[in-house]
Amino acid sequence: MFKTCDELRAKIAEYTAELDSKFNGCDGKRYIMLCGGTGCIAGGTMQIKEKFEEYIKECHLEDKVEIRVVGCFGLCSQGPFVRIFPEDVLYRLVKPQDIQEIVMKDLMLGETVDRLVYEDPQTGEKITKMEEIGFYRKQKRIALHGCGIIDPNKIEEALGCGGYQGLMNALSMPREDVIKLILDSGLRGRGGGGFPTGRKWKFAYDSVSDQKYVVCNGDEGDPGAFMDRSILEDNPLAVIEGMAIAGYAIGASEGYFYIRAEYPIAVSRINATIKKCEELGLLGDNILGTGFSFHAHVRLGAGAFVCGEETALLNSIMGQRGMPRPRPPFPAAKGLWNQPTIVNNVETLATVPYILREGLEAFTQYGTEKSKGTKVFCLGGKVNNVGLVEIPMGVTLRELIYEIGGGVQNGKEFKAIQTGGPSGGCLTPDFLDTPIDFDNMVAAGSMMGSGGAIVMDEDNCMVDVAKFYMGFICDESCGKCSPCRIGTKRMLEILERITNGTGTMKDFDELEAISEACQSNALCALGQTAANPIMSTIQHFKDEYIAHIEEKTCPAGICKDLISYKIVADKCKKCSLCSRVCPVEAITGTPGKTVFTIDPAKCIKCGMCIASCKFDAIIKE
Amino acid sequence: MAHLQEAAVKKVHEICDRYEGETTPLIMILSDIQKEFGYVPMEVQEIVSQRTGISVAEIYGVVTFYSFFSLEPKGKYVIGVCLGTACYVKGAQQICDQFCEMLGIQPGQTSSDGLFTVDALRCIGACAAAPAVTINGKIYARVNVKDIAGIIAEYKNKGGAN
Repeated sequence: MFKTCDELRAKIAEYTAELDSKFNGCDGKRYIMLCGGTGCIAGGTMQIKEKFEEYIKECHLEDKVEIRVVGCFGLCSQGPFVRIFPEDVLYRLVKPQDIQEIVMKDLMLGETVDRLVYEDPQTGEKITKMEEIGFYRKQKRIALHGCGIIDPNKIEEALGCGGYQGLMNALSMPREDVIKLILDSGLRGRGGGGFPTGRKWKFAYDSVSDQKYVVCNGDEGDPGAFMDRSILEDNPLAVIEGMAIAGYAIGASEGYFYIRAEYPIAVSRINATIKKCEELGLLGDNILGTGFSFHAHVRLGAGAFVCGEETALLNSIMGQRGMPRPRPPFPAAKGLWNQPTIVNNVETLATVPYILREGLEAFTQYGTEKSKGTKVFCLGGKVNNVGLVEIPMGVTLRELIYEIGGGVQNGKEFKAIQTGGPSGGCLTPDFLDTPIDFDNMVAAGSMMGSGGAIVMDEDNCMVDVAKFYMGFICDESCGKCSPCRIGTKRMLEILERITNGTGTMKDFDELEAISEACQSNALCALGQTAANPIMSTIQHFKDEYIAHIEEKTCPAGICKDLISYKIVADKCKKCSLCSRVCPVEAITGTPGKTVFTIDPAKCIKCGMCIASCKFDAIIKE
Repeated sequence: MAHLQEAAVKKVHEICDRYEGETTPLIMILSDIQKEFGYVPMEVQEIVSQRTGISVAEIYGVVTFYSFFSLEPKGKYVIGVCLGTACYVKGAQQICDQFCEMLGIQPGQTSSDGLFTVDALRCIGACAAAPAVTINGKIYARVNVKDIAGIIAEYKNKGGAN
């Protein structure tokens, strides 16, 4: 139980030294760091850990080697990872059966296992240090500070990694100065809106009330974005600290985390860390003897995308259906239980402690004029390096996709990058040199959103992508206002007609009209932005829509009703491979004797045969 | 309320007790019930209504609003096919279609033997594993259409053993 800031500072110095020793080897031990991100866990991190334990015991290395499972390393497509300190050697794509060799060679003899070292795909150079890999070179971890470094189950490590220094600095300042600092930092909401965080805080500060609330929006709904989950799981203390700083600034003593029920690990980590903070006197009444009291609570979302909208989220915390309401009054005036409330995104709150700890300059040196600092992206889709990326604003899409992302998979042609999720849009190769920031993305016809960035190649049909997003929004529309409830349904029906070959040009014109009506008349951002994926794909890929409508073809070969699979007789070598991989037995023929054929009535157009054919004998038309 | 077992009724009351004194506990109570029983039947909603003073109509409204709650029991194995964007662009729709085709059900439905439910999920955050499928929490990475028959068989065998 810490009673004063000085007491905590003294202990933090110990924790920091202890954490440092796990990297610099000054205690004579070696440390094995395993990535505990979802991708690596699915790839077998826990089995790898068991194997390490087994061989370490066998080799009597228990006193000399320690295993730590930390948060996500970021480069998910190369996982599972093993990182060994103090040498700082990174092994990638590790399998449980590789562990014996790592123990025998690296741990016993100090020799690097070359075959597991990352190899630069362009130069072929072997790179043992994580920071030197192209994927990491342009990154700067501010919101992700501590993630992939600390063991999230140990609050001592979070404290040793800069935790709570921001809050202690804040508590030594007048509340107005904390708000001014956040205003001056130019920090804007990371959840998608991009509203200046300091201004939101100022509104709540100015609202007079005995009770105010801070709410952390952890209802990460954008399909394809998982940065909030990573932060909550990998450094929960940073988000709690950010929330407490916000509470101090606006004069709130209660905070609520609203986290998706789909993220059970994030929920349990936040709960455990809050409990630990209460035990240590880092949350509760009269924190560190400063007179500031703050209590944090957790509420679970129950699977509704619209709850990312702040008024819907507040209704959900209050146990009601998550439907938005008109603003004003804004939550900063009337929020939870009608009291002044600020709603900040996870990534925003995780950024706040950095600004308080490192100072204004350390933050504003990154970014563009109107978008300061860094932004976390989840790079996914058809890109080589899939993963979690934090880059200074102003980095171009080209740098993101080609330098960090390592280019498009399988040498295919880059077609578009989708940003902003269901509220965003698709950007074409014309925008590759656009520096990424809030305003540039909007000017280009998309938005930054929460940071999903899905790369698409020549094999993706843009009408199908628009249909995918519209299906999502139509499912998730809460039904309160008719432009969204009816409009999204009608737009989805039109897109279904266009992709199944029954669409007309009248449909196409109507699509644009409904899009505009929905944009200008819907109650909340979900409806207002619902048509964005359609509008941006029409803007950049109008010819694809026309091809579906006029020629009844899908140029990318995705829309099932418009394509059929065929085996070209001249090219077929009668090897029977296609018929063996076909999941529905639609391909028949006699191996070595007759050319194989596809029964169109049975074919489900899954593409397995095309992928398996070594002679390019199967085509879509 | 006739066909609710006594033990179940007791459990529902126990869950309501946990949130005694909370200002607006409805969703927390319903979440715990969903986790405990796998669904929130009408009879249970009536008990929650008596305990919280919230009308059954309002509770029903909340239960049907959120996708996390279901009115029907789910299968023993819940197959969640991720249809997040990253999975979708890598062919997750075909994976979902194939599961449904082989089990003879639609997304959200449960097979007649009560063994499988197929759920279309919106991003489970395992984008590197795309297309990803989770079955009772276990993640299957980079699932291929031809793997599906084997996955179903694996669980069918397990199901028979119990």
